[in-house]
Amino acid sequence: MTAPVTGRGWRATVDGATTSLALTTDWTTHEIGIETDLVDRLLGRAGMRTIGFETSGLGRWDSALLVFLSDLRQVSVERNIHFDDTGLPVAARRLLALLPDRASPAAQPMARDGLFERVGLVVIAEGTELVAVVSLVGEAILRTGAALCGRSRMRGVDLIACMRDAGIGALPIVTVVNVLVGGILAFVGSVQLRRFGADIYIANLVGVAVIREMAALMTAIVMSGRTGAAYAAEIATMQGTEEIDALRAIGIPVHDYLILPRVSALTSMMPLLYLYGSAAGILGGFAVAVAMLDISPETFIAQTRGAVAGSQVLFGLTKSIAFGALIAIAACRIGMKAGRSSADVGHAATSAAVTGIVGVIVLDAVFAVCANALGI
Amino acid sequence: MTEDRTPPKLRVEGLEVGYGQHPVQRDVSFDVKTGSIFAIMGGSGCGKSTLLKALIGLLPPSKGTVCFGMENYWSADEARRAEIGRRFGVLFQGGALWSSMTASENVALPLQMFTDLDAASIDALVQMKLSLVGLDGGRTSMPADLSGGMRKRVGLARALSLEPEILFLDEPSAGLDPISSKGVDDLIVELRDGLGVTVLMVSHELPSLLAICDDGIFLDAEARTPIAHGAPRFLLDHSDHPTVRAFLTRERPAAPGQAKEDNDGSR
Repeated sequence: MTAPVTGRGWRATVDGATTSLALTTDWTTHEIGIETDLVDRLLGRAGMRTIGFETSGLGRWDSALLVFLSDLRQVSVERNIHFDDTGLPVAARRLLALLPDRASPAAQPMARDGLFERVGLVVIAEGTELVAVVSLVGEAILRTGAALCGRSRMRGVDLIACMRDAGIGALPIVTVVNVLVGGILAFVGSVQLRRFGADIYIANLVGVAVIREMAALMTAIVMSGRTGAAYAAEIATMQGTEEIDALRAIGIPVHDYLILPRVSALTSMMPLLYLYGSAAGILGGFAVAVAMLDISPETFIAQTRGAVAGSQVLFGLTKSIAFGALIAIAACRIGMKAGRSSADVGHAATSAAVTGIVGVIVLDAVFAVCANALGI
Repeated sequence: MTEDRTPPKLRVEGLEVGYGQHPVQRDVSFDVKTGSIFAIMGGSGCGKSTLLKALIGLLPPSKGTVCFGMENYWSADEARRAEIGRRFGVLFQGGALWSSMTASENVALPLQMFTDLDAASIDALVQMKLSLVGLDGGRTSMPADLSGGMRKRVGLARALSLEPEILFLDEPSAGLDPISSKGVDDLIVELRDGLGVTVLMVSHELPSLLAICDDGIFLDAEARTPIAHGAPRFLLDHSDHPTVRAFLTRERPAAPGQAKEDNDGSR
């Protein structure tokens, strides 16, 4: 028998092939912490056959003791050392019985894919996404047709609620943004035009810019951040709470019930918001021009009527319908493919707002090129 | 009845809980002895979970006191309440795991927040707690990918992470198959015996209640107050309250009219 080896909270006595471990004082996470290298020190001796325990000196204990004993037992099993738990408190033995006596195999590190695999996976994912978006657009068009003939499962109340939210609900923010943009245009334009003594053309500038571009674009950007993000977040939350699974299980077509009212509402409200936004923008320009640039109200109105043609209003209307459909479809698609955690809802909302805004600006550029080619 | 000398772990006196002006339960008084498994029983909608909220500090009661040890919980200031709250472990009905973290991270977060252990120690503790609740696989899974039973187990491991003195379990075995449910029951008993925690569970699962609880109260939705005190098994044998009997024996309660007729002897 050799002299005992001691450490904080333990004393090991070696007797031939048997080590007896006396546990002393409190074994709690607070008192003793968790010593990760202790097990190796205790079981490192060659020729060891049995480890036993003596716990008359043991005070309070908690998980710290269990972690230690569990590790000790796992290593003992690996090295064919007999783990004699008879000396341990009954409660600790019962809890120890719940723990595995072999270390669970470490999780296999994920095999890293090569460049080709990764590129391939990205291409396949993007291709699948493209197919999904195209089929969603197709379905939206087909189901809208069906809805117009009264053959869809869309609920009228849902449509009206969505229209109210995307229509009247959006008026305050659309007003503020468009009035200010009209005013800013008048200000910036006047500085340049005054140099040529062409102050009076400020009305033409504001009228054409607002009707052709700014009203549709600004309204779409506002709606993307406001309504698009809300659609995506709502649908993503419904994924997480299994509401969409419930709809599918009952056999309610998700497309008719969730997506169609939103796409229809935004697509039908956007042109109205555009007209309203145009009026607000011109009003903003008018206020700045009359109040600060010494242009009489009559002149401003006459100039505007001369500058703005019906074809330009029609062009703006067309764009706003396209923007509305784009924002709503993108938002619904992003919501539908969102994951099920709360972080995924946030990602979906952000992604819908960004996709909507970027998409609207890109689409606007396409419209500008087409209009140039067609000479509108 | 002999008076127990050790003070109860939890003492509730004259508690009234509810939302706004409408009390859901009133005059709730009971003691939970250290190391016991206490049941809050009752049918659906009788206010079991509302009462639990008042006990774990989520819903201030409109009247009455809740004492942990000798300390009145609701009259303590907010910092002190948070400190007392760290001695609780709570398992919510659906597990209430944080959905953007893996199972291991869910169990590790309280340890990272409230202890100064190093990462390796926390990891060892987390592995141990998850093994303890029988979850060796799926540690790196996200909650959305776990089954309902596994989520409950992770929730239980999280409730155990800070070495609680008292465990509050909201429907620990509801929604599980009978074998898993038995497993959870056994686990609760093992944890009580092994770690010495006191357990207070809200449940309407008869087999669990009868098998493991050694004290309890029975809440009634209509009377809006507890109508029976005692271990479920004791109530099954001795209670003659019709609602309690109906609940514990799974028989339909006698309709009031019918009971009257019986009393009149008109049948």
